Amino acid sequence: MTIIDPTDAVPAPRSGDGDKTSPLLEVRDLHVEFKTREGVVRAVNGVNYSVDSGETLAVLGESGSGKSVTAQAIMGILDMPPASIPKGEIRFFGQDMLKMSGEERRKLRGARIAMIFQDALSSLNPVLSVGFQLGEMFRVHQGLSRKQAKAKAIELMDRVKIPAAAARVNDYPHQFSGGMRQRIMIAMALALEPDLIIADEPTTALDVTVQAQVMDLLAELQREYRMGLILITHDLGVVADVADKIAVMYAGRIVETAPVHELYKRPAHPYTRGLLDSIPRLDLKGQDLYAIKGLPPNLLKVPSGCAFNPRCEKAQDICRTDLPPLVPVTERDGTELPGRASACHFWKETIHG
Amino acid sequence: MSEKTIERPTTDEAALAKELEAEEKAAARQASLLKDGWADLRKRPLFILSALVIVCLLALAIAPSLFTARSPFSDGFCQLQNSMNGPSSGHLFGFDVQGCDIYTRTVYGTRNSIVVGVVTTIATTLIGGLLGMLAGLIGGWVDMLLSRITEVFSALPIIIGGLLIMSIWRTGDVWTVSFIMAILGWPQVFRIMRGEVISNKYNDYVMAARALGADSWRIAFRHILPNTLAPVIVITTMNLGVYISAEAALSYLGIGIQSPNISWGLMISDAQDRFLTSPHALLFPAGALSLTVLAFIMLGDVVRDAFDPKMR
Repeated sequence: MTIIDPTDAVPAPRSGDGDKTSPLLEVRDLHVEFKTREGVVRAVNGVNYSVDSGETLAVLGESGSGKSVTAQAIMGILDMPPASIPKGEIRFFGQDMLKMSGEERRKLRGARIAMIFQDALSSLNPVLSVGFQLGEMFRVHQGLSRKQAKAKAIELMDRVKIPAAAARVNDYPHQFSGGMRQRIMIAMALALEPDLIIADEPTTALDVTVQAQVMDLLAELQREYRMGLILITHDLGVVADVADKIAVMYAGRIVETAPVHELYKRPAHPYTRGLLDSIPRLDLKGQDLYAIKGLPPNLLKVPSGCAFNPRCEKAQDICRTDLPPLVPVTERDGTELPGRASACHFWKETIHG
Repeated sequence: MSEKTIERPTTDEAALAKELEAEEKAAARQASLLKDGWADLRKRPLFILSALVIVCLLALAIAPSLFTARSPFSDGFCQLQNSMNGPSSGHLFGFDVQGCDIYTRTVYGTRNSIVVGVVTTIATTLIGGLLGMLAGLIGGWVDMLLSRITEVFSALPIIIGGLLIMSIWRTGDVWTVSFIMAILGWPQVFRIMRGEVISNKYNDYVMAARALGADSWRIAFRHILPNTLAPVIVITTMNLGVYISAEAALSYLGIGIQSPNISWGLMISDAQDRFLTSPHALLFPAGALSLTVLAFIMLGDVVRDAFDPKMR
């Protein structure tokens, strides 16, 4: 299947090994604010991350940590106002998307960057058939006829393993189950074989068995198309099997980045450690489950210094005054650990001690 | 062993079958509003009855000459010596004060009533719907401005507004009356449309459509509009009857359709002075009016029952 590329604005799609110098997507020092009646909510405060083709980045964090807002900023679907982006860059194949016109960005959406939403039922239009909504992608971006679009829709439904696709193409969203609906959302996102997919908690609304099926499907399709994938989640279990690297967010900042298995083995930030310790474990059956004390900070009034300090067991005076920068994490002897960084004054103690 | 043979071939398919089953139950509860409403509608006797009456009325309006051999506009149609004669064979409804055949006039009056009702309804739906959608979609100062304008129009009572406009134009045909009522009636549709658009535009599927690269036009007309239609259809059907009776009221008061145009309201007004001596001149046009309004209101009622999700 070849894509008729609708955008000339962005060079070098996923053709072979092309441009190696700039990553597929790079977010640099991104800030997002919301103006509310109570004041300015700083939802994202200088986020940096990057994703390459074929790579999966998991963005991990509690509700309100800014992970979804970052994703919406990348997609360009933030409601502005009340949101605004005072600072930062979002580079897609090296080009800053924040400097593009609205029309240029719209053409990228769906065709080059697509998004999978959390709640598939409310994200599908209830009065339009599934086939129509899938076909719409081809009609908007490639100008296909209704008939051709429907054929493509059936093909896509087959690809995401919806049984009897041809018979169900004219059904409405409510006629599908939760898992099937999420498959349809995935099919919509995949339709034009984008370079990057952002999945915003794609399995949260599903039950556990269906979660596994959907994640497997997503991982399989990602391998097949060599797409970049940003997986936004608060579920550490989902991440482990799928992701290549992890970025942990807290109060609008990235507090730790690491390759996935390293993070599980040796977290370098007390918050990450707390998250890992609060996963129920079979070998600790019967004991009290650990929980991080306190609540996520109010984004109108983020604590000074490290935002995590009121909840941190290791917090010292410096944590209440100085904001820790995201610094590279090294072994005890100083050898570098590629891809690892932590925003904690006491990362050494956390990882090695 | 037996467990294994069941499980092995289709772990996936078994799960799928289960999903399908669960989903069918959900489907019964909340099917697509329009489809569901239509299926519901066809089963209601009241709908069939009102639809039949309306079909007859439409036939009368389109081809009145099929139902009467006389024409109210021909010479010698009114013979003064017949003035106020009661019903007789050949003149079932009798004659009015000018000696005109009431049956023929009633038949020919149907068209004006229906045209006024339909034209006004279409006009209010288009004006109110379009502006309501604009206000809802754009929001901000556009919404503010349009809403205030709407309030100005809806503050004007229809009788006073009608008097005002008629005193300027004085033509008194179907179009003037429709114009008056459309000008004063669109705020109602505006409010409904605006509210529906606002409640729909923050839905996830709108954001999903944006995330997949749909432009504003497509989002407005393909995604939001279909979701707002059901309540608008309901109010539109109800309004048909309301506008027909409003036309009769305006004509009765002398600020609607004027002679020589035929209107049921006008006929009622002409006949009222002699009601005690010859009631037929008033009763027949009044009956026709009542039947028509009843049919449309009944239709609106069953349509609302079928379409309004809150009534279920």
